[in-house]
Amino acid sequence: MSRELTYADAIRDGFAVAMERDPRVLLMGLGVPDPKGFFGTTVGLQQQFGTERVMDMPCAENGMTGVVLGAALNGLRPVINHQRLDFALLAMDPVCTQAAKWNYMFGGATKMPVVFRMILGRGWGQGPQHSQCLHSWFAHIPGLKVVMPTTPYDAKGLLIASIEDDNPVVFIEHRWLHHIKGEVPEGHYTVPIGPARLARAGTDVTIVAFSYMVLEALEAAQRLDSLGVSAEVIDARGLRPLDREAIAASVQKTGRLVVADTGWGTAGMSAEVIAVASETSFRSLKSAPRRVCFPECPTPTGPSLAAEFYPRSGHIVAAVRETLDWAPEPSDWLMPAGIELDKPNPAFTGPF
Amino acid sequence: MIDLAPSSTSSETELSHRLLESMVRIRMIEEAIAERYSAQQMRCPVHLSIGQEAASAGVCAALRHTDQAMSGHRSHAHYLAKGGNLRAMIAELYGRETGCCKGRGGSMHLVDVDAGFVGAVPIVGSTIPIATGLAFADRLLRRDRVTVAFLGEAATEEGVFHESANFASLHQLPIVYVCENNLYSVYSPLEVRQPAHREVFEVAAGHGIRSRQIDGNDPLAVYHLMKESVAYARSGEGPVFLELKTYRWREHCGPGFDNHIGYRTEAEYQAWRERDAVASTERRLRDAGAYDEERIDRHREHVEGEIIEAFAAAQRAPFPAGSTLMNHVYSEGSHP
Repeated sequence: MSRELTYADAIRDGFAVAMERDPRVLLMGLGVPDPKGFFGTTVGLQQQFGTERVMDMPCAENGMTGVVLGAALNGLRPVINHQRLDFALLAMDPVCTQAAKWNYMFGGATKMPVVFRMILGRGWGQGPQHSQCLHSWFAHIPGLKVVMPTTPYDAKGLLIASIEDDNPVVFIEHRWLHHIKGEVPEGHYTVPIGPARLARAGTDVTIVAFSYMVLEALEAAQRLDSLGVSAEVIDARGLRPLDREAIAASVQKTGRLVVADTGWGTAGMSAEVIAVASETSFRSLKSAPRRVCFPECPTPTGPSLAAEFYPRSGHIVAAVRETLDWAPEPSDWLMPAGIELDKPNPAFTGPF
Repeated sequence: MIDLAPSSTSSETELSHRLLESMVRIRMIEEAIAERYSAQQMRCPVHLSIGQEAASAGVCAALRHTDQAMSGHRSHAHYLAKGGNLRAMIAELYGRETGCCKGRGGSMHLVDVDAGFVGAVPIVGSTIPIATGLAFADRLLRRDRVTVAFLGEAATEEGVFHESANFASLHQLPIVYVCENNLYSVYSPLEVRQPAHREVFEVAAGHGIRSRQIDGNDPLAVYHLMKESVAYARSGEGPVFLELKTYRWREHCGPGFDNHIGYRTEAEYQAWRERDAVASTERRLRDAGAYDEERIDRHREHVEGEIIEAFAAAQRAPFPAGSTLMNHVYSEGSHP
């Protein structure tokens, strides 16, 4: 049975299914059992599964991330939750130097089935230190798997797959996806880690997008339709492994590529996607690929600067024009009336 | 809680001999590594434990085989005392397929899960929270097991030590933090790293953890204190922190000596040599008329045989094939 759920409810449902199925699954994180329930994604889970399996923790991201690695070595399957990716940066040693290496450096003698859940975002003054989109960092590390689901269906399916995986998985959500709705089946199912999702088929240009930028890419594709351009939108879903085959197949079909990432371009996932296209499909490219990323400055807080900072569908349309060798069109950049760039949805009133 | 009561002379004598055997074995193996290191066949950094054997011997003698331990970069003694496989350790130093990490780790990454030695890594402090997590899982799964986190005194300067100690104290976890204070972090002396008016073990006490300080070169004293500490942790009373004062004889990293480079004095080194745990344990037994020289001689012969055999096996063993480079990046069967 399928029903419509928000992304946040799909995450909560995924946790409940995984915990029901496997008593070794444990949720830990600052605020996991609090009344606001981690953006609504953990509401009621402590009541359902008890204080030993759904637990708050000391404000010690580094140490507690190490603790869950040890718990995983001794048979648990923990999920450590960080309300901001920025907070998880305090735990780079346990994530990148420990979890990512143990299976390899001990010749397969140890395994660490852990999920590092991190949330990034944009808008409403999250600013320089509460919304950093550094997902690409984790994708750089062999030994980690990294996923960024966009739809409620994928959020639940990839969350369960991540929990059931015997390897450390970095599971990244965009705050602006939590309210979106979609069909989500009841009960247990998984979405495999790795394959990309074809979000929209098209023939003239490939737009590979990450996380929230998939929504902007789909809006851009609609606008491009009215210009007579058929855009294919690929939701990357997986960062490591990255679905090289899906990128190559699409670029070989369309001959044009735009990458839309919710983060900085330099040495990031957008560069990686273009590298994949160059390595696999160079002769198919009819024009130079383009990227839509953050400007190379920290994220500003105030709304006037944030409006300049965050890329949106118009930036993607403009980038597609470039790949078609079309003249720039200033109206691409106009903000549609009634849109507030710093709010994830009209119902949102802050404070976070 | 101490099964070999100090009042029982015969059991105390037996215990002293066992601890002596454990220390002698570690020292002979470490010296064998030092002797052969210059051949450049062990192509990894080595941090030898010579001078600090009493800590490993005393601590591990108080553990059950099923108890667990983790360590840092100077882990040979901990691995051996906990029962880690010698052949697999030497093969690992030689980078061979038969090594405990299949040639992927080297001296700084020892592991023998069957012996309860769950891993050592050379990032100072990094195994402290992981060991704390082992104990946390054991508590949740109601297992009757104690974990030992071996650390150096410099690791108490790392944030993760305090984060782990706070969590272990909060949940009364069955873990013993064994801190070997050898006075130096590489070449940086304790006095430039920690305040002179505060002892190392006192920082753990600040987290509400039962903390003790002891001569780390007295294996019997270490054993008895550890026995009591393990019983305390096992019974659910909470974690324990032990500061064992000791001294590394050889250079920080490598087979030689480094007193001449000027970070510590020859006089300090000689004073600690006088406190050699192997010699003092022998002397104590002799003075009591209880030393079984023939037993220790036989033990030395046996260990010499083990060493020759382990090094020969390591040098005979194949290197991992280049085609296996990508093996074990991910746990088998789950990587798409």
